[in-house]
Amino acid sequence: MRKHVLGAILLGAAVAIAGVAARADDVIKFGVAAEPYPPFSSKDASGKWVGFEIDLMDAVCAQMQAKCQLVETAWDGIIPALQEKKIDVIWSSMSITEERKQKIDFTDRYYKTPAIIIGPKSESINIDFSNPDSVKGKIIGVQTSTIHYNFVQKYFGSAATIKTYDTQDNCDADLVAGRLDLVMADSIALDDFMKSDQGKDFEKKATAPNDPILGEGVGGGVRKDDPELRAKLNAAIAAVRANGTYDTIAKKYFDFDIYGS
Amino acid sequence: MSLDFFLGVFPQLIDGTWITILLVLVSGAIGNSLAIGVALSRVSKNPWLWVPSYTYIYLIRGTPLLVQMYFLYYGLGDVFAHEPAIRQSFFWPFLRNGFWYGVAALSLSTAGYTGEVLRGAIQAVPFGEVEAGRAFGMSHWLILRRVVLPRAIQICLPTLGGETILLLKSTALVSTITVEDMMWKANFIRVQTFRIYEPLLAAALVYIALTFILSRGFRMLERHLNKDRLQPIPAALPMVVDAR
Repeated sequence: MRKHVLGAILLGAAVAIAGVAARADDVIKFGVAAEPYPPFSSKDASGKWVGFEIDLMDAVCAQMQAKCQLVETAWDGIIPALQEKKIDVIWSSMSITEERKQKIDFTDRYYKTPAIIIGPKSESINIDFSNPDSVKGKIIGVQTSTIHYNFVQKYFGSAATIKTYDTQDNCDADLVAGRLDLVMADSIALDDFMKSDQGKDFEKKATAPNDPILGEGVGGGVRKDDPELRAKLNAAIAAVRANGTYDTIAKKYFDFDIYGS
Repeated sequence: MSLDFFLGVFPQLIDGTWITILLVLVSGAIGNSLAIGVALSRVSKNPWLWVPSYTYIYLIRGTPLLVQMYFLYYGLGDVFAHEPAIRQSFFWPFLRNGFWYGVAALSLSTAGYTGEVLRGAIQAVPFGEVEAGRAFGMSHWLILRRVVLPRAIQICLPTLGGETILLLKSTALVSTITVEDMMWKANFIRVQTFRIYEPLLAAALVYIALTFILSRGFRMLERHLNKDRLQPIPAALPMVVDAR
């Protein structure tokens, strides 16, 4: 009899724990940086989150048949927030890098923007990535501590002068002022610049070839002790890629292949 | 904090340290020369001279050096963006290079601060010495060259040493206008490696070493120029008493 009672208690406890665990799994908290980052994630006039990453998050959640909640987090505290379980996934255009991999795990990438080089329309230049002399004597501007700096240093460091800037805006300003001949950065950032009044005299001169130095793209960040969620997210990303949902969303925001090669 | 990494930072700072030293030397030379003009205008009785000088000192001391530097670098950059003709000119290689904007901003700042220090020193030159010069029949300019300026520089030498050390530390600002000085390199290492303490501590130590060299240099200069005003050596005091 005693045995039965104990068994019943244990069984009850097990059911309760399983229930709690199941409920916790129900809602997956997606951490998005509070800072606007259009067209990936930003708030519209009514305060609703919109953008490519937000749509993709909804699609991935629908695929996983999970309830998801968007949690706003400051960008510079987003990794600690993940580790303190305030959020379960970092879904905020975080590039997959070796340094970050030491702290957190990443899903497979869900987008990768190409890096491009721009210069004045008035000057023709034929940039050849296998021949540094094609930019001999040129001054190339990049933002400090970016993958683009590492790239330019590796490909053109021997022939060109490289200048670094704390912000992309200062770099663009020096290109307009004529102090730089070329600027390399992410195509999204530079497309916006070239559409602006200041940047109208500049055009794309080259697209960077695929190189590990430019990173593995952007992926979702998950805790190292949470491989199940990572596997589920990977399966969902692969599924939306395969069934065309991804392309439908991407076409809303970009006129090129945002997934990259 | 890793000792190996920390020690490895120093060799990487060498190139930048030369730029920093060059900035101090060039801006110090230009700035202090301009300061003489600023100070002389400032003590002039002619309002066409002292009003501009007074305003200049007021503006330079009243605005942050970083603002002045950005004003020159990005402000002029905006002008160049609309005047393509400048890009064909002989000066374009200089106008393109952030180093010369750093030199300009640091020189103008030094001219303002040192000008005011020198103004005080000129007014502190004992009038009797100027009078003595006149008694010898010296012209106005000769008195200025042989009496007033040498005496004024003697008087403000300790303050000039301090101003030069401030100039050294101000050079760190040029790292924000693409000049690859020591601070730039330290910041560069910091953001590339995600290590914070080692590069900044190394840069701080190099600045301290440069400050030490500067203050030693000024002390030697003071010993040389101000021989007459050195403190007496304490051991000599009893001898004075005995001599009585």
